[in-house]
Amino acid sequence: MAEPLLAVERVTCRFGGLLAVDAASLTASEGHITALIGPNGAGKTTLFSIISGFIKASGGAVRYAGEDITGEPPHRLARRGIARTFQIVQPFVGLSVRENILVGAHLHHRTRSAALAVADQIGHDVGLGEYLSRSADTLTVAGRKRLELARALATRPKVLLLDEVLAGLNPSEVRDIVPVIRDLCRRGITILMIEHVMQAVMSLAEHVFVLAEGRMIAQGSPAQVVADPVVVEAYLGRGAAAKLGTSYGR
Amino acid sequence: MKALIPTAAVLAVLAAVPLVVHSNVTLNFLVVALMIALAGQGWNILGGYGGQYSFGHAAFFGTGAYVTAILQVRYGINAWIGFAAGIAAGAALGAVLGALTFRSGLRGSYFALVTLAFAEVLRIIASVAPVTGAGVGTLIRLDLGIRNLQFQSRAAFYWIILALVGVSLVTAQLIERSRFGIWLIAVRENEDAAKALGVNVNGVKLAAMVISAAITAAAGCFYAQYFLFVDSGIAYGTWISIQALLTPIIGGVGTVFGPLLGALVVKSLGEAAKLLTGDAPGLDLIIYGAVLVLVIWFTPRGLIGGLTQARKVLMRRSGRAAPSAGEARDG
Amino acid sequence: MLSPTILIPAVLNGLLIGAIYALVALGLTLIYGVLHIINFAHGALLSAALFAAFFAFRLLGLDPYVAVVLLAPLFFALGYGLQRFIIGPASHGDERNMLLVTLGIAVIIENTLLYAFRADTRTIDVPYAFQTIDIGSTFLAVSRVVGFVAAFAVALALWLIMTFTDTGRAIRAVAKEKLGAELAGINVAHVYAVTFGLGTACVAIAACLLIPSYYVNPTVGDAFVLVAFTIVVLGGMGSVPGALIGALLIGVAESLSGLFLGESLGQIGIFLIFIVVLLVRPSGLFGARA
Repeated sequence: MAEPLLAVERVTCRFGGLLAVDAASLTASEGHITALIGPNGAGKTTLFSIISGFIKASGGAVRYAGEDITGEPPHRLARRGIARTFQIVQPFVGLSVRENILVGAHLHHRTRSAALAVADQIGHDVGLGEYLSRSADTLTVAGRKRLELARALATRPKVLLLDEVLAGLNPSEVRDIVPVIRDLCRRGITILMIEHVMQAVMSLAEHVFVLAEGRMIAQGSPAQVVADPVVVEAYLGRGAAAKLGTSYGR
Repeated sequence: MKALIPTAAVLAVLAAVPLVVHSNVTLNFLVVALMIALAGQGWNILGGYGGQYSFGHAAFFGTGAYVTAILQVRYGINAWIGFAAGIAAGAALGAVLGALTFRSGLRGSYFALVTLAFAEVLRIIASVAPVTGAGVGTLIRLDLGIRNLQFQSRAAFYWIILALVGVSLVTAQLIERSRFGIWLIAVRENEDAAKALGVNVNGVKLAAMVISAAITAAAGCFYAQYFLFVDSGIAYGTWISIQALLTPIIGGVGTVFGPLLGALVVKSLGEAAKLLTGDAPGLDLIIYGAVLVLVIWFTPRGLIGGLTQARKVLMRRSGRAAPSAGEARDG
Repeated sequence: MLSPTILIPAVLNGLLIGAIYALVALGLTLIYGVLHIINFAHGALLSAALFAAFFAFRLLGLDPYVAVVLLAPLFFALGYGLQRFIIGPASHGDERNMLLVTLGIAVIIENTLLYAFRADTRTIDVPYAFQTIDIGSTFLAVSRVVGFVAAFAVALALWLIMTFTDTGRAIRAVAKEKLGAELAGINVAHVYAVTFGLGTACVAIAACLLIPSYYVNPTVGDAFVLVAFTIVVLGGMGSVPGALIGALLIGVAESLSGLFLGESLGQIGIFLIFIVVLLVRPSGLFGARA
């Protein structure tokens, strides 16, 4: 396998006495979808925040295309091509949908007209075409998730960090947005996603990493990970794997 | 540029006023109102568009006023150069203040507090430092003549302040339509989301602060030339910090014409109060305080915001689609 | 250079005045800890309380230490009303708006005092104003000592309220987790108002303790409150022990710098400490990271 585009190497994060992330490592291969799963409170979003420059790691390194980017501020990472969405959607409430996307588009387009054209295009691509002129706060949760995607896409990312982009969506909304994500991958964008919605992880991800209590406890294809008793126990508690039988998983 | 037509129209109308109005009292009222509008437009760039509420904009106003006055009085420097130097000094102070506070990540209440404290420190220093004339203040010698930026006719001063206001309006308009402007608004709405989209938040805030400081300093420089006297209470007093934030809030934060509209309203209220109850100290500020609370309560987006809301409601009622928000919005 | 006979009284006086600062700072930190806003109206309220104490003495003949019984509840009600019926509704929950509203109220109160009573400075004459206690190495002003003791008594009372009463528990709940408290049935608007009322009552008590040895004019409150802001920022926003310790430290610092630098420059000293703390460690000595 070629050198991964994004490599997290034994990253540690300490908040006072609490070890939120403990020597966690993962890789994301270019052009593929990689998932990061794990029970609640495992430290997944903390890890994302470290990768995207919002939080400083206490140890370890993050590499992008071979270069050490540990600790670089978010806006500099965005310029390099690393974009992220937020678990709790944060639209620019006072602006229209189009203007929201415009903020991202302006990263690589100086003039208003060029950026507007890009914003409109991306808005249509993610399915928000008819909402472009509406105020961002009139969107539903599903719409806001698409807006998060659109904004991040407008920055022409090479790596997209999706933090629970499917959270809060009902099954039909999930079904509608999965192809949008797959399409991004087809366009060559490397995706690293935190997800709890297992159906999406199974159908989208090619490689899965499992984080529990700050430590990376397993990795592999979705089928392998789901069958791993260590993973089952992390989610369901000690002894659960035995109770459910060792051949747990489809 | 098509978008500048409203600004040009407003300026043209205002420029014609002294040709029709000859009363010195009225002209004086308008001059002061425009000066406050200028100070307010400065605040508006940082607070209205950028969402960083400074409670100490007097720091820039006073620095502009003192630098202009002191350079003339103590160093014999030409008034026009002094004026320009005052603006530059204000901008420099803005850069220093911005670098210190934004680097420390100060926002919201803390930012308001720090700016308030800075203005107060400057006021105290100015009230005791020999170079400012300490408690006595600095008096610019009356010496009419265009070389000294002093004029017999009010109209001349009026056109000068109007020109400055015009520059500030165009600046606001250009910012609104530029990449910097959309980034600044993004910072106001949500800093973290802006960062993730590649906005250099600290850089944007700093630039806004410098522009904001320069514009408000210009108002201070004008004050010095118009009234020919500056002391610490005038230069760095809360009266100007309050009015600098009040006028955009009343008129409409984050809009081009908000501060101008707000200044006219605020000054009119002040005059009305004086007519009704005589020239008692503090009355005008009581009214300003009350208006501030009422505006935040009932029309937080100010007069222009309220008008925009009303227009949208009317258009929706009449069945037409909401106006496209793709072009520069008034936030 | 400076002998203990000058330094010791300076330090002691600093501690005594620090206790009064503590009262003002307590009110401020309480309001911040629960409502998460900086109450810009705090100074104006102190000025108003000083005027109230002044008129209680002049018109009703009430000694300030007695007037406290009247003024503390009165100002509690004022604070409650301000938060419940003006600040709360006007801000629509937005922090930036709350800043502006409290600023507006500060401007209104201060200028109403200015308009009604002019800027002249007033003082009251109480028989014990110049009485001192001899503690051997120096003399201490009686009024200041009373103030010191009373300040700690109030701090203790506040602690008791917070720890043992239902209202206090509700306040702590809202301070920690507003949404959860709301879901548990606590009326947050009421709790906010009670907190604001308590903070304002602290200010009223501080005014009564101050007035025997201090002067009254519309802007005095601001000067005091800036010191209180410095204390709260130094000690940590929302931290009660921080406010107390910070107040004593600042009181001593002010006393000593006044000794060395004189009146007005001493004031700058406070401001500079304030700015430096804000820039370097805004969470203060005891506060949580902002």
